[in-house]
Amino acid sequence: MSDHTEVCVVGAGPAGSLLAARLAARGRDVVVLDAGPRFDRAEDLQRVERELRPSHSRPDVWEMDQDPSRDGVRDSYSTTGEIDYKLNRARVKGVGGTTLHWGAMTPRLHEQDFEMASRHGIGVDWPIDYGTLEPFYCDAEREMSVSGAPNPYAGPRSEPYPLPAFDPSHSDGIVREAFAEHGAPLHACPRAINSEQNDGRSACMGYGTCQPVCPSGAKYSADVHADRAEKVGARIVDRAPVVRLDHDESGDRVVAAVYERDGERRRVSADVFVLAAGAVEIPRLLLLSTSQRYPDGLANTSGAVGRYFMEHPGIKVVGEFDEPTRQHLVGYETSVSEAFYDHDDGPAGTMIVQPYNDAGEYPVAAALSSRPLSGRLADGDVTAPFASDEWGDALLDDVRERTEGFIALKAWVEQLPEWENRVALDRSRTDDRGHPVPDLQFSVGEHASASLRRAESFLYDVLESAGATEVKTVVGPDEPWFAFHHLGTTRMGTDPESSVVNAQLRTHDLDNCYVASSSVFPTGGAANPTLTIAALSLRLADHLDGTL
Amino acid sequence: MKLSRRDALVALGAMGVGAGGVGVLRERAAESEEAMTDVLLAAAEVVYPSAVTPTREFVSAYAVGRRRFDADAERFERAVADLDRRARHDTGQSFASLSLARRRDVFRSLGADRAHANHGGTTAERVRYYVVDDLLYALFASPTGGELVGCENPPGHPGGTDAYQRGPEA
Ligand SMILES: Cc1cc2nc3c(=O)[nH]c(=O)nc-3n(C[C@H](O)[C@H](O)[C@H](O)COP(=O)(O)OP(=O)(O)OC[C@H]3O[C@@H](n4cnc5c(N)ncnc54)[C@H](O)[C@@H]3O)c2cc1C
Ligand code: SF4
Repeated sequence: MSDHTEVCVVGAGPAGSLLAARLAARGRDVVVLDAGPRFDRAEDLQRVERELRPSHSRPDVWEMDQDPSRDGVRDSYSTTGEIDYKLNRARVKGVGGTTLHWGAMTPRLHEQDFEMASRHGIGVDWPIDYGTLEPFYCDAEREMSVSGAPNPYAGPRSEPYPLPAFDPSHSDGIVREAFAEHGAPLHACPRAINSEQNDGRSACMGYGTCQPVCPSGAKYSADVHADRAEKVGARIVDRAPVVRLDHDESGDRVVAAVYERDGERRRVSADVFVLAAGAVEIPRLLLLSTSQRYPDGLANTSGAVGRYFMEHPGIKVVGEFDEPTRQHLVGYETSVSEAFYDHDDGPAGTMIVQPYNDAGEYPVAAALSSRPLSGRLADGDVTAPFASDEWGDALLDDVRERTEGFIALKAWVEQLPEWENRVALDRSRTDDRGHPVPDLQFSVGEHASASLRRAESFLYDVLESAGATEVKTVVGPDEPWFAFHHLGTTRMGTDPESSVVNAQLRTHDLDNCYVASSSVFPTGGAANPTLTIAALSLRLADHLDGTL
Repeated sequence: MKLSRRDALVALGAMGVGAGGVGVLRERAAESEEAMTDVLLAAAEVVYPSAVTPTREFVSAYAVGRRRFDADAERFERAVADLDRRARHDTGQSFASLSLARRRDVFRSLGADRAHANHGGTTAERVRYYVVDDLLYALFASPTGGELVGCENPPGHPGGTDAYQRGPEA
């Protein structure tokens, strides 16, 4: 089968779906190809059960492969670098992309993030500034129905948030003064979750399972825009992984996206191609698309494709309190502080600090998981190896002990772009269709590690001032958690020698090949990336509509 | 606190088995459903804390009711039947007619007290998944069970956005 369209979009996550919906609404002919399925959202409640019952694992929920070390599987990958990264917990393949699973926190980048090199001598500057993106931030906030309130640390806004912010939680109140006392006053946390019924979707009903699934539809996910795109004429093809991009003889234009479906190879030819497959699969696709003209991969004259991978490493510190802390009553965090975002103030290094609403175990998890043997032994219970799991009143006591009286604080930090941190191909291993798998090689780096150590001491100060009787690092700077934000692997810049796309997101090498993704971020800040991805995508839609 | 049919329907609602679904029951002999309810009620009396009293109507509406719509229904039925069979094998009596202590012994004899829940696993693992854990899920994903541990809107229950803002005294 061969098809021609004006715009071929690879990937139906937020980057691809927002762009497709916008261009289709303007009468453009759009085809979207996505590697994963179209999920039946009527099955969300079964997904909730899969999430809540400890005998299932996270990647189960959206059918990501669980054992990526096996060859011949759709989602196989390698991690030959320092960090054993759980990539399949960090992404979803399917219409809606990873936003089916995401937490929907939507801060903007700050003005300084676009100018880290000129302001602070670290990283690189973006070729665009905050002001250029600001109207598109507003647009993105409207499209994703963000609930929020302005905070004193973020960049200037030209429009209010579309929906009112969620009120802080009871437990935010327990630590509020302590955050302020140590220099980081809390403020509302912007979220793409409906605080009111809006846009044909429900208000938040408090299921508390937003990550990984919101059965009420109050949490924005990009299937909203995929559906919208379809209604205005776009064609969305699921289970259609693009395996290579072919260029014309001159090497100046992409002529076809080659994908595989129902055991067949098919092609879509288009005037313009937009790669929106996420910051791991985009470089992989480019690296797979070698030719005589581009022996190191398409659009890779700079050698920067796959390079400068960044994440947001984080830590978690938990305090125990003598009072009930009212956890697990809602699925998202309701306060945050961007005060330490400023490089010059507070702990140096860009970071976000936040109280969580899910400390301790949730009741089902505590009730359904027998208490780990190691825990019982550590408590001096020598009979543990012979004991059976307790039910009835003993179980209730155990559940109480494991669910009540905790508050968790987290911080995550900026990681600087480093050439060595990368998505490469592991040619020794192949996926279900025989293509080399992505190989994620990266380490956290001294800059981010130092920020994490400063964050840890700040979080201890807060919990101790708030009256915690015991404070403990659950995830520390040496082995941080990751926010599952993938950045930097096709960086944007003015110099074709050192970057992959220009300020219009067009690849330097090819005239009609664009990238919509956090892979274009030259630096990552500490803000969660998806609102910025959405703003860049909407800006690109405008640009393409003007040039097609 | 007695667990009512209403509690069961709340729990079922959270699982998408709403009142609307109740009209499309799978065909199943009423007799086998009665028998399953007996076993599950007897099991609930073992695994639930004494602060709640499971009732026939709760167990029947929740545990049996939800499986009517479930692709896993057969495994569930098999797990319940296996538990009863083990009781008859060990004691010559049905599971439901045993004392609480003897019921515990039957779980132990099966190995369900140490098994990891697995819906496709051994008999012990399936009994753990479909009997023990299903019953605990029904309780702790519902406000009634959540309240026992100060969490009246536990994950999995759509209890709105007020609860998280309230203090413990409210
Ligand atoms: C648990 C979790 C929580 C998160 N929380 C937040 C948060 O609170 N705030 C925030 O800003 N971000 C968050 N994120 C990150 C956020 O989900 C991503 O930044 C966002 O989804 C990226 O959008 P995207 O469209 O670029 O890529 P994706 O959403 O990943 O979509 C890419 C799509 O491309 C498809 N694809 C891949 N390869 C191919 C191919 N070869 N051919 C065709 N299609 C292909 C995939 O199937 C997928 O559907 C979270 C992520 C996770 C995992
Ligand atoms: S808490 Fe709100 S947003 Fe989260 S899953 Fe529930 S309804 Fe959805």
